[in-house]
Amino acid sequence: MASPAHVLLRGVTRIYPARAGRPELHALGPIDLDLAEGEFFAVVGPSGCGKSTLLELIAGLAAPSAGEATFEGRAINGRVPDGVGVVFQEDASFPWLNVFDNIAFGLRHAGGGATEVRSRVDYALEFMGLKEFAGAYPAQLSGGMRQRVCIARTLVLKPRLILLDEPFGALDQQTRLLMGDELLRLWRETRATILLITHALDEAAMLADRVGVMSARPGRFLDVVSTGWPRERDSRIVSSSAFGGLTSRLWTLLRAESLRSLGHAAGQG
Amino acid sequence: MKWRDPLLLIAVVVGLWQLLYLYAGDSALSSPVTTARTLAIMLQDPRFLVHVRETLLAFLQGFLIAVLIGLAIGFALGAHAFSGEVGEPILVALYSIPKVTLYPIILLIFGIGMPAKVAFGAIQGIVPIALFAMNAIRNLNPVYARTARVLRLSPVAWTKELLLPAALPEVITGIRVGFSLTLIGTLLGEMFGAQRGLGYLLMQAMGLHHMPRLMALTLLLVLFAATVNALLLALDRRLHERG
Amino acid sequence: MSRVGRIRVLVLLGAVATLEALCRTGVISSFTLIAPSTIVVSTVEILASGRFTADIVVTLRNVAAAILTAMIGGVAIGTLLHGLPATRRVLEPLFATYYAIPVYAFYPLLIVVFGLGDLPQIAIGFLLAVMAVVINTMNGLDRVPAVLLKAARVQRLGPLATAWSMRLPYAAPYVFTGFKLCVAYSFVGVIGAEFITSSRGIGYEIAFAYNNFDNRVMYALIFFILAVVTLVNMSLYAWERRLLARRQR
Repeated sequence: MASPAHVLLRGVTRIYPARAGRPELHALGPIDLDLAEGEFFAVVGPSGCGKSTLLELIAGLAAPSAGEATFEGRAINGRVPDGVGVVFQEDASFPWLNVFDNIAFGLRHAGGGATEVRSRVDYALEFMGLKEFAGAYPAQLSGGMRQRVCIARTLVLKPRLILLDEPFGALDQQTRLLMGDELLRLWRETRATILLITHALDEAAMLADRVGVMSARPGRFLDVVSTGWPRERDSRIVSSSAFGGLTSRLWTLLRAESLRSLGHAAGQG
Repeated sequence: MKWRDPLLLIAVVVGLWQLLYLYAGDSALSSPVTTARTLAIMLQDPRFLVHVRETLLAFLQGFLIAVLIGLAIGFALGAHAFSGEVGEPILVALYSIPKVTLYPIILLIFGIGMPAKVAFGAIQGIVPIALFAMNAIRNLNPVYARTARVLRLSPVAWTKELLLPAALPEVITGIRVGFSLTLIGTLLGEMFGAQRGLGYLLMQAMGLHHMPRLMALTLLLVLFAATVNALLLALDRRLHERG
Repeated sequence: MSRVGRIRVLVLLGAVATLEALCRTGVISSFTLIAPSTIVVSTVEILASGRFTADIVVTLRNVAAAILTAMIGGVAIGTLLHGLPATRRVLEPLFATYYAIPVYAFYPLLIVVFGLGDLPQIAIGFLLAVMAVVINTMNGLDRVPAVLLKAARVQRLGPLATAWSMRLPYAAPYVFTGFKLCVAYSFVGVIGAEFITSSRGIGYEIAFAYNNFDNRVMYALIFFILAVVTLVNMSLYAWERRLLARRQR
């Protein structure tokens, strides 16, 4: 058999206990997932299916109610393991620090020496195309660039697992495609395992080695589709015929689930 | 140019003042020139400066206490979500009552003198400082807390490097408002029950119907309050723009 | 009542109970503070006696006058300035610094000019309250979406109709916030002025009672006015919350 899974989920479930005015909420699971080291895995699913919850569980920001999750063989149980980086949907750049200090932030707190910090941050600035903006403040940057700062902050820590929660959600289509290319470059450069949550089917189909399609809440994997793309790929594959077939297959799986989740929302309206 | 508008405003105000003086006469007002001259003379009189010192001391001590206690209460209520929910309406209610009604009680507790004056100012300033500090913590962008956990920051590092810088703009706004209200409170207390200080002098000038003195004192107080507030406002705006 | 509400009531009752205990046991002398229960009882008695009814009426009437003039003047000025952006820009430092200026410093001046009647107190209340109304009215009118005004022009609505059907609904919540602040400031201004110098009114009577060592009357009147003001402010606050909540849809 191949080398052990980098991230392993078995029967992972998340149930929010009942509290005043709200019954128990079965948000996610049970989920089984094997991520191979260095693979790029995307998760798509209707709104409210628990995609973000899944990411939080793997990141160690929340603990599963049942089942087990491990990273590099060690259990993740509500504590963030070493070697994990997360890029959130919202802008997490710190407005009171300039771009350089933003990127250096995590590294400095992990105990990096001044020269090491300088060299790693310079490299990240170069890699993410932020070199001229090192002294600028987030308020002066566009949304896309601020997201790049957040990615650079993660990159500089050399994570072995990178989790991204709809990182390009707030950006326009062209910027998203270009950011997708950057993400692929990042993936090849760092050789990290990547888990990307997205609601955009084309984004998932273009970027990932495998795409997990989630059901409506409580989210479970309906299917995992392999894309078969070569490692060296970029946004130009969207024009290939295989791409069209892939996205239509994903949508076929997803369409019924989306309708069902809309029905949920309307029922609670 | 940035300076043009405020200068224009000041010129208009002084102009209106002069017109009003010409209309109302010496018994009702003092002209801008006379007022300025009177103020200049007063500022060189050591006996006057004793009163300035008295008010300033009372005000600064009151402000310091308001900041310390206000921030303590605000941070505590902000950090502990449930306490904040319980306490906020109480703070808001305290903010809107005329705290001058408590002044006789303060005099009963402290007697006439400096401690009472400090209290007059402090009770006015505590509430806004606490309210703004509380909201600064409560309204903290939740993504910062999650980022801190992902970066595995210690609680100390999280507080020092994330929480405080993020909360600073709102905290400064509260301190700015608290500054103004503490000043007003100190002055009000001196006008109500004191034997020294600028508020007392104000009442004295009123009793003696000494218009130049009365207006010079008013002018001094307005200039001081407006200038410091303008400075704090500039700081406030800089912090908020930066985010 | 929600759990938070119940805890809040308990906290307040606990504070009052502590004061009561401290007073009854003599830790706090009655020269400083009268026990809360006694205050409540004497408030009822003193109000019933009618001794201060005239003063209460005077104060409330002056507050009402301040509120009325500040609302009318404030909405008028705010609307006017909203239509004169250049003037508004020049006045901007005034808006920003207004509430930092000790308005009470003008009180002696007002007394000299208007004499010792009710006018100086109403004027102080007005001066304190009007700016909140002006600022909130302008903010409210700012909030009218430009696209709506364009739609009004397309439909050829006259200025009055536009103001009524388009501007007012959007500005209304802000004007109400201005009203809420106006009420609070009017109370603060009028009562504060009465404390400094006046010949009648609740503030005057409290100061008078203090000077005559009459703690019973003093505390009763303080409690009464604080209760009235708190009730009025809290009602407006709750009303405002409901108005805003409905609009969040």
